[in-house]
Amino acid sequence: MDKSATLTQPVSAHDHAEGPADAPLTLVEYGDYQCPYCGAAYPVVKRLQKTLGKKLQFVFRNFPLTQLHPYALIAAEVAEAAALQGKFWEMHDLLFEEQTLLEPETIPLWAKKIGLNLEQFESDIKQGTVEKRIKEDRQSGIRSGVNGTPTFFVNGMRYDGSPDYNSLLAALESA
Amino acid sequence: MAALKPGVQAPDFSLSTTLDQKVSLSEFRGRPVVLVFYPADWSPVCSDQLTLYNELKPEFSEFDAQIIGISVDGVWCHLAFGKDRKLHIPLLADFEPKGAVARQYGVYREKDGEAERALFVIDAEGVIRWSYVSPVGINPGADGILKALESIAKSKKTGSI
Repeated sequence: MDKSATLTQPVSAHDHAEGPADAPLTLVEYGDYQCPYCGAAYPVVKRLQKTLGKKLQFVFRNFPLTQLHPYALIAAEVAEAAALQGKFWEMHDLLFEEQTLLEPETIPLWAKKIGLNLEQFESDIKQGTVEKRIKEDRQSGIRSGVNGTPTFFVNGMRYDGSPDYNSLLAALESA
Repeated sequence: MAALKPGVQAPDFSLSTTLDQKVSLSEFRGRPVVLVFYPADWSPVCSDQLTLYNELKPEFSEFDAQIIGISVDGVWCHLAFGKDRKLHIPLLADFEPKGAVARQYGVYREKDGEAERALFVIDAEGVIRWSYVSPVGINPGADGILKALESIAKSKKTGSI
C-alpha cells in the first residue's frame, strides 16, 4: 500500500532458508521462476550471500505470475516438490540457472539430474500436495505489499530500490 | 476535488469497453465491484498495477467481486493495451465527455487531463465501502482492496454494516 510495506508473515522454520536462522540480516524474496527480472536477480542474491556470509539469511517465497508466465506455476510446484525430498535449493538454483530452457518437457530431466525419486516427485505434483503452500506464499505476499516480482524485504521492510548488487548490499548494510 | 467517501452511493455510469459494448455499474448490483481509476494505458506503474489485479483474479473471485479499470483512453487504445498485457479485466473508456466519470467520483486531475490512481470498493447494494487515492507514481497494490472485500463479506454474514 505504501512505501513502508512490511512483511506480514514473519520468517519461520516453515520457510526455505539459506544461512543461519539467527543471522542479523534477513533477505526475503517473493519470486517467479519464469520472470526475467527474478532471473537477473538470482546471481545478485548469490553474490550478496557470498559477500555477507553468515551474517545473512536468505528466504525464497513463491509469487508465480501465472497470467504472464505460462510455466511459472509448474516451476513453483517443481521446486516445492523437490523440497519434499530435501532438495529445494538444488531445484531453485537449477530453475534460475536454466531459466531460458524451462519447459514442461525439461522438468523430469532436471529432477533426475539432482537425484530426485521421479515417481514420488511426479505424484506430489499431481496430487496437489504442494499447491497449498504456493497459495499461502502468494497470499502472504499480497498482504505484505508484493506488487510484482521480484519483491525483496530487508529485515521485514519492503525494499523499493533497484535490485542490483550495490543497491541491495547498501540496503542490507544499513539495516 | 475530493474522492467520494465510504457510505456514499456510487454514481452509476455507462461507458464503452469495446466498439459495440457498454458496461454499466448497475449491471453488477448484487456483487461487490472494485473500480480502479488509473491515469493512462501503457504507463509503467498502471500496467504493473493492472497486471497484478489481473493476476489476482482468483483471489477477487473468492468474494465474487468484479474488477473494472477506467481511464480516459479510448476504446482502441484499451483493446491494444489489454491484448498486449493479456488482461482479462474490462477496461472502460472515460473518453467522451472526457473524464466525466472520474469527475463524478472526485478523482479527475484537471492539470493532466487524467484520472487519479484511485480505488473504490463498492458493495452489493452499490454503496462505496472503501476508497483510496494513491500517489500517481506508486502502485497501491491489492492489500487494501482485499481487506475491504473481507470486511464487506464479514458484515454481510453478521448482518451489521
